[in-house]
Amino acid sequence: MSEKVLMKGNEAIAEAAIMAGCRHYFGYPITPQTEIAAYMAKRMPKIGGTFLQAESEIAAINMVYGVSSAGKRVMTSSSSPGISLKGEGISYLAGTDLPAVIVNAQRGGPGLGGIQPSQSDYFQATRGGGHGDYHIIVLAPSSVQEMAELTIKAFELADEYLMPAMVLADGTTGQMMEPVSFDFEIKEPPAKPWATTGTKCERPHNIANSLYLDPEKLERINNERYKRYEIVKEKEAKAEEYLTEDAEIVVTGFGIAARIARNAVDEARAKGIKAGLIRPITLWPFPDKPFKKAAEHAKRFISVELSMGQMIEDVKLATECRVPVDLCYRVGGMIPSPAQVLESIEKAAQEVK
Amino acid sequence: MHFKRITLLAGHYGSGKTNIAVNLAELLSKTRDKVAIADLDIVNPYYRTLDSRERLEAAGVRMIVSRYANTNLDIPALPQEMYAVVDDRSLTCVIDVGGDDSGAVALGRLSKRIAEENDYDMFLVVNRFRPLTPDAESVAEVRWEIEAAGGLRFTGIINNSNLGRLTTAETVLSSVDFGKACAEATGLPLIATSIEASLLEELDGKVPDLFPMVLQKRPVD
Repeated sequence: MSEKVLMKGNEAIAEAAIMAGCRHYFGYPITPQTEIAAYMAKRMPKIGGTFLQAESEIAAINMVYGVSSAGKRVMTSSSSPGISLKGEGISYLAGTDLPAVIVNAQRGGPGLGGIQPSQSDYFQATRGGGHGDYHIIVLAPSSVQEMAELTIKAFELADEYLMPAMVLADGTTGQMMEPVSFDFEIKEPPAKPWATTGTKCERPHNIANSLYLDPEKLERINNERYKRYEIVKEKEAKAEEYLTEDAEIVVTGFGIAARIARNAVDEARAKGIKAGLIRPITLWPFPDKPFKKAAEHAKRFISVELSMGQMIEDVKLATECRVPVDLCYRVGGMIPSPAQVLESIEKAAQEVK
Repeated sequence: MHFKRITLLAGHYGSGKTNIAVNLAELLSKTRDKVAIADLDIVNPYYRTLDSRERLEAAGVRMIVSRYANTNLDIPALPQEMYAVVDDRSLTCVIDVGGDDSGAVALGRLSKRIAEENDYDMFLVVNRFRPLTPDAESVAEVRWEIEAAGGLRFTGIINNSNLGRLTTAETVLSSVDFGKACAEATGLPLIATSIEASLLEELDGKVPDLFPMVLQKRPVD
């Protein structure tokens, strides 16, 4: 599939997962990500894969645990309330050091909320989401092309670092249709000598487990896991910078918010305001470096979010609060307009004069 | 062309049915008094005819839509005025059917009466750049699935091949053979090739039966 095709973001995720070698998908329907399941239901039987609509989100994530233990690439997807239900299972995956890909096409919350786009699961995703000390890798696509790219990346990172990886999308990126190219080179998945594939009486048992009877051992495992997280932070943090070099006003946002913010930055530049954009592509690990660098010359940051202000905390942490950070937001399924972001930029530019 | 009393648009999910339905209703409203657009989509809560409310109201098109379309209530509801489509024969109707066979199921409620009256066309909307319908064989498969689910026979094909905002005249030209192949594989006549209006000048004379459209607004560029 090297020619471009026209796809919904959700469909692109599903096709990319298949390209990455995922042959096992478990899910439970919820808007706005149902196209992922629908696509898998159509494609998987034709390529010898498994599509299974589980009886609940909790069942689906535990099926993911099973397949991952057996060493195969596996994915589940849901939207905000469904991800909360998967929280326990994600914690178990992290506690067992198992790779898996989880897609969250976020919708407005809290509670049942609505079916329109949101980014208000940022805290849940970047802090782990379930119980216990752990992280998952969180990738934030802002186009249909990136939905595909980052899904493949999620499988690779999950396998490399033996931890769950999440594609944190939203209702808009999931639903919008854009041309996408599947010209990807897929690396062979790494060997998984830890997989529970049967000993054939030739090796000791492999055990997939997150229960430790000995607290000293559990402490040691936690410490080792956090050493691995340090490597992930060092090597995998990623952001896109746009006109940041001389920027006095640095706008930031991920996913759909970044697209809107970029338009506003262009408009601000046209008006003579030195505005720039940092778009985090990984949300965990958070790309501290470009923020630290920008804080040396920027007079103000503006975090554009479809939430009441969640990523803004990581921006403050990354810049050690050296520069004030404004919030520009909409919630409840509403999307900020480029005009709203531009207004925030102009206001900030006035204040820092 | 001569339009029947009822024109239905059906096809694969995301093939462009709604854009064609909205533009067709607008076109019909120029020559006919009572034009209605009926949204029978029970599958997708997004990208509905309701997104073009201002345009359709300005054209005097009556909108027959579920009161829950474009709200947070995500249930497969049909519009309460739906039976006007078959009861009021003074109406000229464009029906936007939901995608795939799962979307066409809702048509079963009306198909018998539409077939009895026999003053309808049902067009299969195709886009070769949709990954699950890249060739005539897959289109023919979708055709049977939709007819079986909706209980109504197609009468023609509209080639709506496009790559979203990357669509050029070249994109459309590269789909001409695909349109013909779909017609051949299904035995259905190719009725039109629908294009974004700005491409009309470039394609006029090169592709027969062009249907220029003003596309619905996107939520984000």
